[in-house]
Amino acid sequence: MSVLIYIDHADGQVKKVSHEALSYGAALAKAIGTTAEGLVLGKTSGDLAVLGIYGITKVHQVTHANLDQVDAQVFAALIADAAIAVNASVVIFSNNINGKAIAPRVSVRLKAGLVSGAVSLPDLTNGFVVRKSVFSGKAFARVEINTPIKVIAVNPNAYPVHTLEGQAEVVALDLQPRDSRIKVTATNKISGKVPLSEADLVVSAGRGLKGPENWGMVEELAELLGAATACSRPVADAHWRPHHEHVGQTGLAIAPNLYIAIGISGAIQHLAGVNRSKVIVVINKDPEAPFFKAADYGIVGDAFEVVPKIITAVRKLKGIA
Amino acid sequence: MKILVSISKTPDTTAKIAFTDNNTKFATDGVQWIINPYDEWYALVRAIELKEKDPSVSVHLINVGGADAEPILRKALALGGDEAIRVNTEGNDSYYIASQIAFVAKEGTYDLVLTGKETIDFNGSSIGGMLAEMLDLPFVSLATSLEISGITATVKREIEGGEESIHADLPLVVSCQKGMAEARIPNMRGIMSARTKPLKVVEPVAAENLTSIKSFELPPAKAGVKLVSADDAGELVRLLHEEAKSF
Ligand SMILES: Cc1cc2nc3c(=O)[nH]c(=O)nc-3n(C[C@H](O)[C@H](O)[C@H](O)COP(=O)(O)OP(=O)(O)OC[C@H]3O[C@@H](n4cnc5c(N)ncnc54)[C@H](O)[C@@H]3O)c2cc1C
Ligand SMILES: Nc1ncnc2c1ncn2[C@@H]1O[C@H](COP(=O)(O)O)[C@@H](O)[C@H]1O
Repeated sequence: MSVLIYIDHADGQVKKVSHEALSYGAALAKAIGTTAEGLVLGKTSGDLAVLGIYGITKVHQVTHANLDQVDAQVFAALIADAAIAVNASVVIFSNNINGKAIAPRVSVRLKAGLVSGAVSLPDLTNGFVVRKSVFSGKAFARVEINTPIKVIAVNPNAYPVHTLEGQAEVVALDLQPRDSRIKVTATNKISGKVPLSEADLVVSAGRGLKGPENWGMVEELAELLGAATACSRPVADAHWRPHHEHVGQTGLAIAPNLYIAIGISGAIQHLAGVNRSKVIVVINKDPEAPFFKAADYGIVGDAFEVVPKIITAVRKLKGIA
Repeated sequence: MKILVSISKTPDTTAKIAFTDNNTKFATDGVQWIINPYDEWYALVRAIELKEKDPSVSVHLINVGGADAEPILRKALALGGDEAIRVNTEGNDSYYIASQIAFVAKEGTYDLVLTGKETIDFNGSSIGGMLAEMLDLPFVSLATSLEISGITATVKREIEGGEESIHADLPLVVSCQKGMAEARIPNMRGIMSARTKPLKVVEPVAAENLTSIKSFELPPAKAGVKLVSADDAGELVRLLHEEAKSF
């Protein structure tokens, strides 16, 4: 028996969300008295043995030209085969974009119950019960998995990374991927910026900013903090900001460590996408803005006066003139 | 070309989230039910647009649910679907629901199956992928645009920090999100014609439930906001740095 963790990577680097999934898998393996092992599909740069610090004993790797593009169908078949090869009783994914596409397919192949959006370790006192986020972050459900093999997709930023001393043994797994039936013809990455879905810190603004020409201070603050930028839906709808910045019920759901909301009222549909943030800061000139109810820190004031002052204070803190 | 669009019923986005029966059931009192926004605004509207471009396209809708889902299926027909199928069973296990949709999809030999990105109540984002595996088809998730030419689909989809373009031959399963289409409201003609469009009710096929919901919980209430004076932005930065340790 073992716990198998799928390790997602991009541009040769293991993603931060995979460090979380590895820590989660290692803690679960300890709780059920077995070993945690990782699985990498495709080529990575750097030494995978270092992933041992997350508490896994082995990293299995399959490299093949067919794995250069992520096709959920090809990946899921390999992961399911690997799970059988290492006798896995639980397969762990990060519930990120790739995890959401692959984990359901693995669940079907292994006929293994899936809980996606898990936010804590399974409760093993009575069966195998996993807490997951539901109602767009407004509640949790405790879901029991009733099958011998289980699949869990862990929400990004929900489980803390733990490290210890240790090296993992890297082993090539002799499995052949099938041919892909899709073809990636172009990839367009917004370079230089922190991708919103992976960001630790997010600076977001809404209609209170009046127009796209006023986003300079938002971008400046974000850059100072190394944060990603986001916006409310009407702002994206009016094309003041690109669509991929839209957060909320119908946009991206994020869970950064810090979310700074400037001139956003805090409508329930907006909160649905950001209420899993660890710390929420609201800057709004209306003391009655609903967002203050969901906030940890707030300033009632005019964004055009407050934000420049915050920028000055951050510069001072960071020792930037 | 035949398109199948999966339509789920979800509480309105402003619905109060509360639970009854010892926190085992969602409290439905006073809740308005809507078509899951991703299914309606993106999957369904895109399917209708494809039909408007090519009248030989037919758009079928499928819901796995009880009779109380029929009003939302009528609305989806009013928006422009041709025919609706309701699989008469309730369930909240993704595998069980996907098995029902897969059976109908196989029987109907569809060229394209469109789902929403996720349901806004269960947030599984699982059914599209499960369905694709059950049908042994490729799955393009989180699509932001979809064009069909002959038997080839060109799909753009979200990836971390950007977008990717994909070519794939039909049949195909695609999950849809923002970008794909613009929300519409049904017009009078649509509403009138929806009354006479077929809404078939079929019984479920035997399938397993691999998971079961034990209970629900609400997150603990926030401690309350700590307000800082607008003149003292430096204090906010200090608190974020020293107390919250955010940066
Ligand atoms: C089905 C559905 C889905 C939706 N999905 C989403 C979603 O995913 N994401 C989303 O964001 N919205 C969504 N919405 C829209 C949502 O209901 C709100 O309309 C929207 O979030 C409001 O955006 P806003 O806060 O930027 O604008 P407003 O509501 O106009 O708020 C502007 C705020 O700025 C403040 N302000 C004005 N001037 C200043 C100033 N100088 N300094 C400081 N503060 C100032 C005002 O006090 C106000 O609180 C959805 C709606 C529906 C019906
Ligand atoms: N009961 C249902 N009937 C029909 N389609 C559904 C049902 N539940 C979910 N779906 C479809 O599957 C998508 C993903 O759902 P989920 O995996 O629950 O997030 C939804 O956007 C719908 O298109």
